[in-house]
Amino acid sequence: MVQFNLPQNSKIEVGKYYKDETNSKNLKKVNVYRWDPSTKQNPRVDTFEVDMNNCGPKVLDILFKIKNEIDPSLTFRRSCAHGVCGSCAMNIDGVNTLACIKSHTDISGDLNVYPLPHLKVVKDLIGDLTTLYKQYESIKPWLQTEQTGKEKEEIRQSQKDREKLDGYYECILCACCSTSCPSYWWNGDRYLGPAVLLQAYRWINDSRDGDKKDRLKKVADELKLYRCHTIMNCTNSCPKGLNPAKAIGSIKKMLATS
Amino acid sequence: MEQKNNPLSPHLQIYRWQISSLLSITHRIVGIINILAITMICFWSLSLLFGSESYEIVNNFFKSFFGKFIAVGLCWTFSFHILNELRHLFWDLGYGFDLKISKITGVSALIGSFALTILFYLIGKNIF
Repeated sequence: MVQFNLPQNSKIEVGKYYKDETNSKNLKKVNVYRWDPSTKQNPRVDTFEVDMNNCGPKVLDILFKIKNEIDPSLTFRRSCAHGVCGSCAMNIDGVNTLACIKSHTDISGDLNVYPLPHLKVVKDLIGDLTTLYKQYESIKPWLQTEQTGKEKEEIRQSQKDREKLDGYYECILCACCSTSCPSYWWNGDRYLGPAVLLQAYRWINDSRDGDKKDRLKKVADELKLYRCHTIMNCTNSCPKGLNPAKAIGSIKKMLATS
Repeated sequence: MEQKNNPLSPHLQIYRWQISSLLSITHRIVGIINILAITMICFWSLSLLFGSESYEIVNNFFKSFFGKFIAVGLCWTFSFHILNELRHLFWDLGYGFDLKISKITGVSALIGSFALTILFYLIGKNIF
Protein backbone atom coordinates (compact mmCIF):
# COMPACT_ATOMS: atom_id res chain seq x y z
CA MET A 1 0.00 0.00 0.00
CA VAL A 2 1.07 3.54 -0.64
CA GLN A 3 2.25 5.13 2.56
CA PHE A 4 4.20 8.31 2.12
CA ASN A 5 5.16 8.88 5.74
CA LEU A 6 7.40 6.67 7.80
CA PRO A 7 5.73 4.68 10.60
CA GLN A 8 6.07 6.03 14.12
CA ASN A 9 8.93 3.71 15.11
CA SER A 10 10.91 4.67 12.00
CA LYS A 11 10.89 8.46 12.35
CA ILE A 12 14.47 9.65 12.23
CA GLU A 13 15.85 11.58 15.16
CA VAL A 14 18.91 13.79 15.41
CA GLY A 15 21.85 11.69 16.58
CA LYS A 16 25.27 12.28 18.03
CA TYR A 17 27.83 14.69 16.64
CA TYR A 18 31.38 13.37 16.47
CA LYS A 19 33.75 16.32 16.30
CA ASP A 20 37.04 15.98 14.51
CA GLU A 21 39.99 15.39 16.85
CA THR A 22 42.82 15.44 14.33
CA ASN A 23 42.77 19.21 13.72
CA SER A 24 42.61 18.52 10.01
CA LYS A 25 41.75 21.40 7.70
CA ASN A 26 40.19 19.17 5.08
CA LEU A 27 37.02 17.97 6.77
CA LYS A 28 33.90 16.39 5.36
CA LYS A 29 30.68 16.05 7.32
CA VAL A 30 29.24 12.59 6.94
CA ASN A 31 25.66 11.96 8.04
CA VAL A 32 24.99 8.29 8.64
CA TYR A 33 21.71 6.56 9.43
CA ARG A 34 21.98 4.55 12.64
CA TRP A 35 19.67 2.09 14.29
CA ASP A 36 20.60 -0.31 17.05
CA PRO A 37 18.23 -3.25 17.59
CA SER A 38 19.41 -3.70 21.18
CA THR A 39 17.96 -0.35 22.23
CA LYS A 40 14.31 0.48 21.88
CA GLN A 41 15.04 3.91 20.47
CA ASN A 42 14.07 5.31 17.08
CA PRO A 43 16.65 5.45 14.29
CA ARG A 44 18.88 8.51 14.27
CA VAL A 45 21.33 10.25 11.98
CA ASP A 46 24.83 10.63 13.41
CA THR A 47 27.19 13.22 12.02
CA PHE A 48 30.89 12.45 11.74
CA GLU A 49 33.60 14.94 10.87
CA VAL A 50 36.08 13.00 8.77
CA ASP A 51 39.64 14.04 8.00
CA MET A 52 39.78 13.71 4.23
CA ASN A 53 43.56 14.20 4.01
CA ASN A 54 44.01 10.70 5.33
CA CYS A 55 41.17 8.87 3.67
CA GLY A 56 40.67 6.81 0.53
CA PRO A 57 38.66 8.10 -2.41
CA LYS A 58 35.53 5.99 -2.11
CA VAL A 59 32.55 6.27 0.21
CA LEU A 60 33.35 2.80 1.54
CA ASP A 61 36.78 4.11 2.57
CA ILE A 62 35.06 6.82 4.60
CA LEU A 63 32.79 4.28 6.28
CA PHE A 64 35.80 2.13 7.14
CA LYS A 65 37.65 5.15 8.51
CA ILE A 66 34.67 5.95 10.74
CA LYS A 67 34.42 2.35 11.90
CA ASN A 68 38.15 2.01 12.55
CA GLU A 69 38.88 5.37 14.11
CA ILE A 70 35.71 6.98 15.42
CA ASP A 71 32.86 4.56 16.14
CA PRO A 72 33.51 0.81 15.88
CA SER A 73 29.83 0.01 16.31
CA LEU A 74 28.97 1.33 12.84
CA THR A 75 27.54 -1.61 10.91
CA PHE A 76 27.43 -2.13 7.15
CA ARG A 77 27.79 -4.96 4.64
CA ARG A 78 30.79 -5.10 2.38
CA SER A 79 32.92 -7.73 0.80
CA CYS A 80 34.89 -7.32 -2.42
CA ALA A 81 35.26 -3.52 -2.47
CA HIS A 82 35.51 -3.63 -6.27
CA GLY A 83 31.90 -3.34 -7.39
CA VAL A 84 31.53 -7.04 -8.09
CA CYS A 85 29.76 -8.57 -5.10
CA GLY A 86 27.02 -6.02 -4.52
CA SER A 87 27.16 -6.20 -0.73
CA CYS A 88 27.74 -2.53 0.01
CA ALA A 89 24.65 -1.24 -1.82
CA MET A 90 23.24 1.76 0.06
CA ASN A 91 21.63 5.12 -0.51
CA ILE A 92 24.39 7.67 -0.96
CA ASP A 93 23.59 11.31 -1.62
CA GLY A 94 19.98 10.39 -2.38
CA VAL A 95 20.64 7.71 -4.97
CA ASN A 96 21.21 3.98 -4.49
CA THR A 97 24.67 2.83 -5.45
CA LEU A 98 27.63 0.76 -4.29
CA ALA A 99 29.70 2.49 -1.62
CA CYS A 100 32.87 0.85 -2.94
CA ILE A 101 32.70 2.42 -6.40
CA LYS A 102 31.09 5.75 -5.54
CA SER A 103 33.74 8.43 -5.22
CA HIS A 104 33.14 11.03 -2.50
CA THR A 105 34.66 13.68 -4.75
CA ASP A 106 31.53 13.41 -6.92
CA ILE A 107 29.49 14.70 -4.02
CA SER A 108 29.65 18.32 -3.05
CA GLY A 109 28.74 19.34 0.47
CA ASP A 110 27.79 16.96 3.25
CA LEU A 111 27.68 13.27 2.55
CA ASN A 112 24.41 11.53 3.42
CA VAL A 113 24.45 7.78 3.81
CA TYR A 114 21.26 5.78 4.38
CA PRO A 115 20.39 2.11 4.02
CA LEU A 116 18.60 0.99 0.86
CA PRO A 117 15.12 2.59 0.91
CA HIS A 118 11.90 0.99 2.15
CA LEU A 119 13.42 -2.09 3.75
CA LYS A 120 13.17 -3.37 7.29
CA VAL A 121 16.41 -2.26 8.91
CA VAL A 122 18.44 -5.02 10.56
CA LYS A 123 21.07 -2.67 11.94
CA ASP A 124 22.50 0.70 10.85
CA LEU A 125 23.03 0.48 7.08
CA ILE A 126 21.84 -3.09 6.69
CA GLY A 127 18.41 -3.67 5.23
CA ASP A 128 16.54 -6.97 5.16
CA LEU A 129 16.41 -8.38 1.62
CA THR A 130 14.63 -11.66 2.44
CA THR A 131 11.57 -10.80 0.32
CA LEU A 132 13.70 -9.96 -2.68
CA TYR A 133 15.62 -13.22 -2.44
CA LYS A 134 12.36 -15.17 -2.18
CA GLN A 135 11.08 -13.40 -5.28
CA TYR A 136 14.33 -14.21 -7.03
CA GLU A 137 13.86 -17.87 -6.17
CA SER A 138 10.30 -17.75 -7.50
CA ILE A 139 11.46 -17.09 -11.07
CA LYS A 140 13.66 -20.23 -10.98
CA PRO A 141 16.97 -18.61 -11.87
CA TRP A 142 18.50 -21.76 -13.33
CA LEU A 143 18.48 -23.52 -16.67
CA GLN A 144 15.36 -25.62 -17.38
CA THR A 145 15.86 -28.36 -19.93
CA GLU A 146 14.27 -31.65 -20.85
CA GLN A 147 17.64 -33.34 -20.80
CA THR A 148 18.09 -36.09 -18.31
CA GLY A 149 21.79 -35.68 -17.82
CA LYS A 150 22.64 -38.89 -19.66
CA GLU A 151 23.01 -37.21 -23.06
CA LYS A 152 26.45 -37.21 -24.60
CA GLU A 153 25.97 -33.80 -26.25
CA GLU A 154 26.16 -30.54 -24.38
CA ILE A 155 23.65 -27.77 -25.15
CA ARG A 156 25.45 -25.43 -27.47
CA GLN A 157 24.87 -21.71 -27.77
CA SER A 158 25.88 -19.65 -30.78
CA GLN A 159 27.86 -16.50 -30.30
CA LYS A 160 24.87 -14.50 -31.49
CA ASP A 161 22.55 -16.09 -28.96
CA ARG A 162 25.11 -15.58 -26.25
CA GLU A 163 25.28 -11.88 -27.09
CA LYS A 164 21.58 -11.61 -26.32
CA LEU A 165 22.47 -12.00 -22.67
CA ASP A 166 24.86 -9.06 -22.68
CA GLY A 167 23.62 -6.32 -20.41
CA TYR A 168 21.65 -8.84 -18.36
CA TYR A 169 24.04 -11.51 -17.12
CA GLU A 170 26.23 -8.82 -15.51
CA CYS A 171 23.63 -8.12 -12.81
CA ILE A 172 25.10 -8.65 -9.35
CA LEU A 173 21.78 -8.54 -7.48
CA CYS A 174 22.83 -5.67 -5.26
CA ALA A 175 19.15 -4.55 -5.08
CA CYS A 176 19.96 -0.91 -5.86
CA CYS A 177 17.36 -0.86 -8.62
CA SER A 178 14.53 -2.63 -6.82
CA THR A 179 14.82 -0.46 -3.73
CA SER A 180 14.91 2.72 -5.85
CA CYS A 181 11.58 1.89 -7.47
CA PRO A 182 8.50 3.66 -6.00
CA SER A 183 6.29 0.87 -7.38
CA TYR A 184 8.38 -1.63 -5.46
CA TRP A 185 8.13 0.51 -2.33
CA TRP A 186 4.34 0.44 -2.42
CA ASN A 187 3.82 -3.09 -3.75
CA GLY A 188 7.06 -4.85 -2.83
CA ASP A 189 5.20 -7.85 -1.48
CA ARG A 190 3.69 -8.73 -4.86
CA TYR A 191 5.45 -6.71 -7.57
CA LEU A 192 8.67 -8.52 -8.45
CA GLY A 193 10.72 -5.35 -8.93
CA PRO A 194 13.35 -4.46 -11.52
CA ALA A 195 16.17 -6.70 -10.26
CA VAL A 196 14.13 -9.89 -10.30
CA LEU A 197 12.40 -9.00 -13.58
CA LEU A 198 15.76 -8.34 -15.22
CA GLN A 199 16.85 -11.78 -14.06
CA ALA A 200 13.59 -13.26 -15.33
CA TYR A 201 14.28 -11.72 -18.73
CA ARG A 202 17.82 -13.07 -18.67
CA TRP A 203 16.42 -16.62 -18.41
CA ILE A 204 13.55 -16.04 -20.85
CA ASN A 205 16.13 -14.77 -23.32
CA ASP A 206 18.55 -17.69 -22.93
CA SER A 207 18.53 -19.80 -26.10
CA ARG A 208 19.43 -22.92 -24.11
CA ASP A 209 16.44 -22.67 -21.82
CA GLY A 210 13.48 -24.90 -22.63
CA ASP A 211 10.91 -23.26 -20.41
CA LYS A 212 10.47 -19.89 -22.11
CA LYS A 213 6.68 -20.12 -22.49
CA ASP A 214 6.09 -21.15 -18.93
CA ARG A 215 8.43 -18.46 -17.63
CA LEU A 216 6.56 -15.80 -19.60
CA LYS A 217 3.22 -17.13 -18.42
CA LYS A 218 4.29 -17.05 -14.81
CA VAL A 219 5.56 -13.49 -14.93
CA ALA A 220 2.53 -12.15 -16.86
CA ASP A 221 0.62 -10.81 -13.93
CA GLU A 222 -1.05 -7.49 -13.17
CA LEU A 223 1.02 -7.12 -10.01
CA LYS A 224 4.15 -9.15 -10.66
CA LEU A 225 5.04 -7.38 -13.91
CA TYR A 226 2.67 -4.58 -14.86
CA ARG A 227 3.28 -2.50 -11.74
CA CYS A 228 6.24 -1.19 -13.71
CA HIS A 229 5.24 2.25 -14.96
CA THR A 230 8.60 3.04 -16.56
CA ILE A 231 9.61 5.44 -13.81
CA MET A 232 13.21 4.56 -14.71
CA ASN A 233 14.64 5.07 -11.22
CA CYS A 234 16.07 1.57 -11.61
CA THR A 235 18.15 2.36 -14.68
CA ASN A 236 19.21 5.66 -13.14
CA SER A 237 20.60 3.93 -10.08
CA CYS A 238 22.17 0.73 -11.46
CA PRO A 239 25.85 0.85 -10.44
CA LYS A 240 26.73 -1.61 -13.21
CA GLY A 241 25.15 0.58 -15.89
CA LEU A 242 22.52 -2.02 -16.80
CA ASN A 243 18.99 -1.23 -17.94
CA PRO A 244 16.29 -3.06 -15.95
CA ALA A 245 13.60 -0.79 -17.43
CA LYS A 246 14.50 -2.05 -20.89
CA ALA A 247 14.42 -5.66 -19.72
CA ILE A 248 10.93 -5.18 -18.28
CA GLY A 249 9.86 -3.40 -21.47
CA SER A 250 11.16 -6.34 -23.48
CA ILE A 251 9.14 -8.82 -21.38
CA LYS A 252 6.01 -6.71 -21.87
CA LYS A 253 6.66 -6.57 -25.60
CA MET A 254 7.21 -10.34 -25.78
CA LEU A 255 3.91 -10.91 -24.00
CA ALA A 256 2.11 -8.49 -26.30
CA THR A 257 3.45 -10.08 -29.45
CA SER A 258 3.44 -13.76 -28.52
CA MET B 1 14.16 -13.33 12.21
CA GLU B 2 11.59 -11.50 14.31
CA GLN B 3 11.25 -8.12 12.67
CA LYS B 4 8.04 -6.64 13.87
CA ASN B 5 9.62 -3.66 15.53
CA ASN B 6 12.41 -3.03 13.11
CA PRO B 7 12.10 0.38 11.54
CA LEU B 8 11.44 0.96 7.86
CA SER B 9 14.32 2.66 6.12
CA PRO B 10 13.46 6.11 4.71
CA HIS B 11 12.37 6.19 1.06
CA LEU B 12 10.53 9.18 -0.45
CA GLN B 13 12.02 11.36 2.29
CA ILE B 14 15.59 10.84 1.11
CA TYR B 15 15.47 9.68 -2.49
CA ARG B 16 16.72 12.29 -4.92
CA TRP B 17 14.26 13.20 -7.65
CA GLN B 18 15.31 12.15 -11.13
CA ILE B 19 13.92 13.81 -14.26
CA SER B 20 12.35 10.48 -15.17
CA SER B 21 10.60 9.96 -11.84
CA LEU B 22 9.45 13.58 -11.70
CA LEU B 23 7.89 13.36 -15.16
CA SER B 24 6.35 10.00 -14.28
CA ILE B 25 4.48 11.30 -11.24
CA THR B 26 3.54 14.49 -13.11
CA HIS B 27 2.14 12.32 -15.89
CA ARG B 28 -0.13 10.55 -13.44
CA ILE B 29 -1.32 13.67 -11.64
CA VAL B 30 -1.93 15.45 -14.94
CA GLY B 31 -3.84 12.40 -16.16
CA ILE B 32 -6.25 12.67 -13.24
CA ILE B 33 -6.67 16.41 -13.83
CA ASN B 34 -7.41 15.72 -17.50
CA ILE B 35 -10.13 13.21 -16.66
CA LEU B 36 -11.75 15.79 -14.38
CA ALA B 37 -11.35 18.43 -17.10
CA ILE B 38 -12.98 16.25 -19.75
CA THR B 39 -15.86 15.56 -17.39
CA MET B 40 -16.27 19.28 -16.78
CA ILE B 41 -16.20 19.98 -20.51
CA CYS B 42 -18.96 17.39 -20.98
CA PHE B 43 -21.05 19.11 -18.31
CA TRP B 44 -20.33 22.45 -19.93
CA SER B 45 -21.57 21.33 -23.35
CA LEU B 46 -24.57 19.82 -21.60
CA SER B 47 -25.31 23.15 -19.95
CA LEU B 48 -25.33 24.85 -23.35
CA LEU B 49 -28.51 22.92 -24.08
CA PHE B 50 -30.23 24.93 -21.37
CA GLY B 51 -29.91 28.17 -23.30
CA SER B 52 -27.97 31.38 -23.35
CA GLU B 53 -28.25 32.05 -19.64
CA SER B 54 -26.22 29.05 -18.63
CA TYR B 55 -23.79 29.80 -21.45
CA GLU B 56 -23.35 33.27 -19.99
CA ILE B 57 -22.33 31.83 -16.61
CA VAL B 58 -19.62 29.64 -18.10
CA ASN B 59 -18.50 32.40 -20.43
CA ASN B 60 -18.15 34.85 -17.55
CA PHE B 61 -16.15 32.31 -15.60
CA PHE B 62 -13.64 31.85 -18.40
CA LYS B 63 -13.42 35.63 -18.85
CA SER B 64 -12.24 36.05 -15.27
CA PHE B 65 -8.54 35.86 -14.43
CA PHE B 66 -9.00 32.59 -12.55
CA GLY B 67 -10.93 31.12 -15.48
CA LYS B 68 -8.21 32.11 -17.92
CA PHE B 69 -5.62 30.60 -15.63
CA ILE B 70 -7.57 27.34 -15.59
CA ALA B 71 -7.93 27.36 -19.39
CA VAL B 72 -4.23 27.93 -19.98
CA GLY B 73 -3.42 25.38 -17.28
CA LEU B 74 -5.54 22.79 -19.00
CA CYS B 75 -3.77 23.55 -22.29
CA TRP B 76 -0.58 22.61 -20.52
CA THR B 77 -1.90 19.48 -18.83
CA PHE B 78 -3.25 18.14 -22.12
CA SER B 79 -0.07 19.06 -24.05
CA PHE B 80 2.16 17.45 -21.46
CA HIS B 81 0.07 14.32 -21.20
CA ILE B 82 0.00 13.79 -24.95
CA LEU B 83 3.73 14.39 -25.40
CA ASN B 84 4.71 12.20 -22.46
CA GLU B 85 2.26 9.53 -23.60
CA LEU B 86 4.18 9.48 -26.88
CA ARG B 87 7.26 8.47 -24.89
CA HIS B 88 5.28 5.66 -23.30
CA LEU B 89 4.11 4.58 -26.75
CA PHE B 90 7.68 4.31 -27.97
CA TRP B 91 8.70 2.49 -24.79
CA ASP B 92 5.93 -0.01 -25.43
CA LEU B 93 7.34 -0.53 -28.91
CA GLY B 94 10.70 -1.20 -27.29
CA TYR B 95 12.51 2.03 -28.13
CA GLY B 96 13.95 4.86 -26.07
CA PHE B 97 14.99 2.99 -22.94
CA ASP B 98 18.55 4.19 -23.18
CA LEU B 99 19.29 6.45 -20.22
CA LYS B 100 20.50 9.35 -22.34
CA ILE B 101 17.68 9.09 -24.87
CA SER B 102 15.04 8.84 -22.17
CA LYS B 103 16.44 11.98 -20.55
CA ILE B 104 16.45 13.86 -23.84
CA THR B 105 12.89 12.79 -24.71
CA GLY B 106 11.78 13.63 -21.17
CA VAL B 107 13.16 17.14 -21.26
CA SER B 108 11.83 17.62 -24.79
CA ALA B 109 8.36 16.56 -23.67
CA LEU B 110 8.51 19.09 -20.85
CA ILE B 111 9.77 21.96 -23.02
CA GLY B 112 7.42 20.94 -25.83
CA SER B 113 4.43 21.03 -23.50
CA PHE B 114 5.19 24.64 -22.59
CA ALA B 115 5.76 25.53 -26.24
CA LEU B 116 2.42 23.97 -27.19
CA THR B 117 0.69 25.83 -24.37
CA ILE B 118 2.05 29.15 -25.63
CA LEU B 119 1.02 28.19 -29.15
CA PHE B 120 -2.53 27.39 -28.03
CA TYR B 121 -2.65 30.66 -26.10
CA LEU B 122 -1.56 32.66 -29.14
CA ILE B 123 -4.05 30.83 -31.36
CA GLY B 124 -6.74 31.55 -28.78
CA LYS B 125 -5.79 35.22 -28.86
CA ASN B 126 -6.11 35.24 -32.66
CA ILE B 127 -2.52 36.32 -33.09
CA PHE B 128 -2.09 34.26 -36.24
